[in-house]
Amino acid sequence: MIDRDQVLHVARLARLELTEDELERMAGELSTILDHVERMNELDLDGVEPTSHVVALENVLRPDNPRPSWPREQVLESGPDPEGGAFRVPSPQA
Amino acid sequence: MALPNNYEAVIGLEIHVQLSTKTKMFCGCALSFGDEPNVHTCPVCLAHPGTLPTVNERAVRYALQIGLALDCEIAPRSIFHRKSYFYPDNPKGYQITQYDEPLAVNGRLGDVRIHRAHLEEDAAKTIHVGSSGRIHGSAQSLVDFNRGGTPLVEIVTEPDLKSPEEAREWAQLLRTTIKQLGVSDVNMEEGSLRVDANVSIRQTGASKLGTKTELKNMNSFRFLERGIAAELERQAAVLDAREEVAQETFHFDPRTGSLTPLRSKEYADDYRYFPEPDLAPLVSTDQMLEEARAALPELPANRRERYETELGLPEDAARQLAFDAELADFFERALQTADGAEPRTIAIWVTGELVARLREASDGEADPASSKVTPQALAALAGMVDAKQVTTGAARQVLATLVAEGGDPAQIVEREGLAQMSDAGELEAIVAAAIEAEPGAAEKVRAGNPKAIGPIVGAVMRETKGRADGGEVTRLIREKLGAG
Repeated sequence: MIDRDQVLHVARLARLELTEDELERMAGELSTILDHVERMNELDLDGVEPTSHVVALENVLRPDNPRPSWPREQVLESGPDPEGGAFRVPSPQA
Repeated sequence: MALPNNYEAVIGLEIHVQLSTKTKMFCGCALSFGDEPNVHTCPVCLAHPGTLPTVNERAVRYALQIGLALDCEIAPRSIFHRKSYFYPDNPKGYQITQYDEPLAVNGRLGDVRIHRAHLEEDAAKTIHVGSSGRIHGSAQSLVDFNRGGTPLVEIVTEPDLKSPEEAREWAQLLRTTIKQLGVSDVNMEEGSLRVDANVSIRQTGASKLGTKTELKNMNSFRFLERGIAAELERQAAVLDAREEVAQETFHFDPRTGSLTPLRSKEYADDYRYFPEPDLAPLVSTDQMLEEARAALPELPANRRERYETELGLPEDAARQLAFDAELADFFERALQTADGAEPRTIAIWVTGELVARLREASDGEADPASSKVTPQALAALAGMVDAKQVTTGAARQVLATLVAEGGDPAQIVEREGLAQMSDAGELEAIVAAAIEAEPGAAEKVRAGNPKAIGPIVGAVMRETKGRADGGEVTRLIREKLGAG
């Protein structure tokens, strides 16, 4: 069971501000996920290698050839307040 | 600025090397330095939803070469992890890096053990712009994603370094090694080589490590040495005052030469690593390893050995050349053009007089490639010394002129009248005159006091303006005074 403090901690790491209602809802939803994992832990997995990728692939590599980047105007449209060709954000140091 | 004897320093380094691939680690955007902001970005490196990273083949190859050059064990299989943190320099909210299954482990370079070397991606550049007029009082940052996603190899050493000077020397050896590999520009000022230091002190002889602090942003070897020295001193003062060193991160300010503590990031260590599900594992195949091995050039350690055994260079000159990429380049080029000069003579003049003159002339830096002295000129000068066409003293004067204005040593010798006296009769006459001018000294030498010869030699040297060979002058004086 995920408690209120754990939700606050994770929210702070993601710089999210949650209302009291959201806090409660998140605690419930996150707990459901953990419960699901807990159920999987009941399986006998001795001798089963942990999987980091769902498809059995290895060395999927791309040749080091440049491709055109996107036009800057288009890229900057994704941000609310560009300045001098850069994305402008609230200072993380503030 | 030395650490008091009752303490000893324990220093480890963390080095980030930007690989000089053509494209980023996980997308086809070109790498750049100094371009307009955000002209090398795409949906992948900007973390648009639905995009997938793909691993740059050349970056893997370069990382393998670094691992092999550092004598590491290459992992047969390694995987990428997500390191979660929320900061505008990383649009995904995590950095793709390697965690508990890195590409290379347990290596060694010189006297220092390598803990690990792994692949990861660089963050974007953020520029803090302070308060804006538009939104009252709120500080802002500008983000340029050109650098975001640049391939990095992070190298972590064991804490085997014992002094700031050792740390600087070793970092220079590492830089030279990677430069030889040709996998990075390793330019500290431009940030393609970044060296952080983990520093702690303990009572001399104690086995338990002290609390370490981390130093960042030292963008030159001199600052690295200075930053570590300042931090060691600070920690010694803390312990002397019977207080405890706090685990902190300091930012070195090159302008003031001082260390400022970074505001401790809240929950800084809570990175919640987990395997990157978008990337398949890397498997180091025999073919990849063979190719990486075949691509290894002569590394500094081997080069030093060759300089000593094949070229017969003195140990310290061999080391100084082999461990400094710029000096070694210059030396190798001088060797190629040398007709007649001994490698040993060239090496001694490069590592000794040339380095000293260049440091004097340019504030401690000694890159001969950016000086007026060409490898050909240095080789020619060494050849003239070997052929006894100029004395050592005269050659020093020629070198000073070369450093100041460049040119051809033979012409400088001609112009300044520095050619060694080859007319034995002329030198004998000058010696005879000098003996006459210093009767007291001459008498003492005759009476069996060889040290008294000084004033006579001095008189000859003044008269010949350094063009006479000192050994020859001494021999002649002794002969004439019957003091053999």
